[in-house]
Amino acid sequence: MIVFERAVKRYPNGREALGGVTLRVERGEMVFLTGRSGAGKSTILKLIALLERPTRGVVSVNGQNTSQLKPRRVPAFRRGVGMVFQDHKLLSDRPVFDNVALPLVVADTPLREIDRRVRAALDQVGLLGKERMRPLELSVGEQQRVGIARAVVSKPPILIADEPTGNLDRDLALEVMRLFRRFREVGTTIVVATHDLALVQEFGLREILIEQGRVVDGPVAAPLELPAMVAGVRLGEGPRKDDASRPGRS
Amino acid sequence: MSLGSWGVRHAQACVGALGRLAREPVGSLLTILVIALALALPVGLNLLVENARAATGDLAGSIELSVYFKTDVPLAKAQQLAQAAGERPEIASVKLIPADKGLEEFRAYSGFGAALAALDVNPLPHVLELRPRPQASTTAALGPLKAWLVSWPEVDVVQIDSQWVQRLEAILATLRRLLEIAAVLLGLGVVAVIGNTIRLEIAGRRGEIEVIRLVGGSNAFVRRPFLYAGVLYGLLGAILAAGIVALAVALLAVPIGSLAGLYGSRFALQGLAPSEFGALAAAGIVLGWLGAWAAAARQLRAVEPRP
Repeated sequence: MIVFERAVKRYPNGREALGGVTLRVERGEMVFLTGRSGAGKSTILKLIALLERPTRGVVSVNGQNTSQLKPRRVPAFRRGVGMVFQDHKLLSDRPVFDNVALPLVVADTPLREIDRRVRAALDQVGLLGKERMRPLELSVGEQQRVGIARAVVSKPPILIADEPTGNLDRDLALEVMRLFRRFREVGTTIVVATHDLALVQEFGLREILIEQGRVVDGPVAAPLELPAMVAGVRLGEGPRKDDASRPGRS
Repeated sequence: MSLGSWGVRHAQACVGALGRLAREPVGSLLTILVIALALALPVGLNLLVENARAATGDLAGSIELSVYFKTDVPLAKAQQLAQAAGERPEIASVKLIPADKGLEEFRAYSGFGAALAALDVNPLPHVLELRPRPQASTTAALGPLKAWLVSWPEVDVVQIDSQWVQRLEAILATLRRLLEIAAVLLGLGVVAVIGNTIRLEIAGRRGEIEVIRLVGGSNAFVRRPFLYAGVLYGLLGAILAAGIVALAVALLAVPIGSLAGLYGSRFALQGLAPSEFGALAAAGIVLGWLGAWAAAARQLRAVEPRP
């Protein structure tokens, strides 16, 4: 479960990326974070993955308050969060197998177990048989699937994806989302940041709209005491009807 | 994690580091050569000092103490004291030269035979010549022995014939101190060279490190291949340094042997002993590890994942 309570993130240059975000994502839920570029979607993902810490407020992931986590505990924490990126972040000088195996290797998983789980993950994303190829020998869609296989190979309870379909055509984007949905079915909590609202609508899952560092849509699943500064958010309300201003919906 | 997995992980990191060195043969070789030269210099100097010590012979065995008794001390008393001195554990040999024998020798070799014949009494005292054991021949050890001898009321003067040995010891001690300073400075140089090489390697693999951090790689995991790289640089540098020293010894052996032969000596230049090679390799490993650790600790802090 992911909980943000009045989370504020201000970067050293003074820019306030999040201005008191409160949201909750239940265990096994899949939600979409939507909004314009620079709205704060990626910052929310960074806070979930502990790539950043909140300036104020609370971010709790799987019951752990990330602000209180000691630096030496961060690597173990990150092993519990699978990450998928628009630019894949694959190691181009290593074969597909090694890329997918990386989260297991850093977790000191036994070699036999690594072999079994990497093949299973590659099978899930339809890339079994290509484990010896280098990422650059694959198509963009295949590279993205390698990134997804790497994110799920250690079976993390949480999966976050930052614009995972940004470089993909429609069919491949749908394929990737179907993969995510399959992972949700086995209990993985999934947060996908995207500006592809057509895709969001197609899957009919909860959507959290972020604008200028604030949640303006997508109610939390359970009531939370919200600060007055969180404008436009009402607990228990459904999506706003006047969403013509949303990116991609004009 | 089982011990087997742990070993496999370390073996992988070590082989990976070796592979990266092999992929950049020219750059790696130049770095290793610089390290080797920095290590070879103090090792070669040390070898030079040790060989100089050996070439000048067993200096400690040539130190003597001459104990001059007062002229009125009877021979029996001198013999008794010589026996007491000989029983001390630090004394290797004792030789008593009675006054009569001393006069006889003096008369024979000094050229003052006629003048001495005119004397009514023998002006020479009994003399005791003591040769201490090698381990008791240092300046520090000879002090208490001299004090013990001087404390006898029958003794007039105790003379230690060690001035030239002390001078040579002082020269060798100065050389040794210079050697230590050079070793420390060059060791720091090795640490700096390896540290800089690892720093550049970290900068070149920044993207990979970021990805490893993103998937939960610990600091120890990220650091491991760089530490192995540092250790390999140090070890290979030490091996090459031993080779350079061995080559220098081989090139100098013949002319130095000829030089020693002209002085009637059978001295032969000695190379590195296996234990010295082991110490050199260990020093290379430690310096490599230190350099890599210093660079990794500083550089890796700056590499944070950027999603």
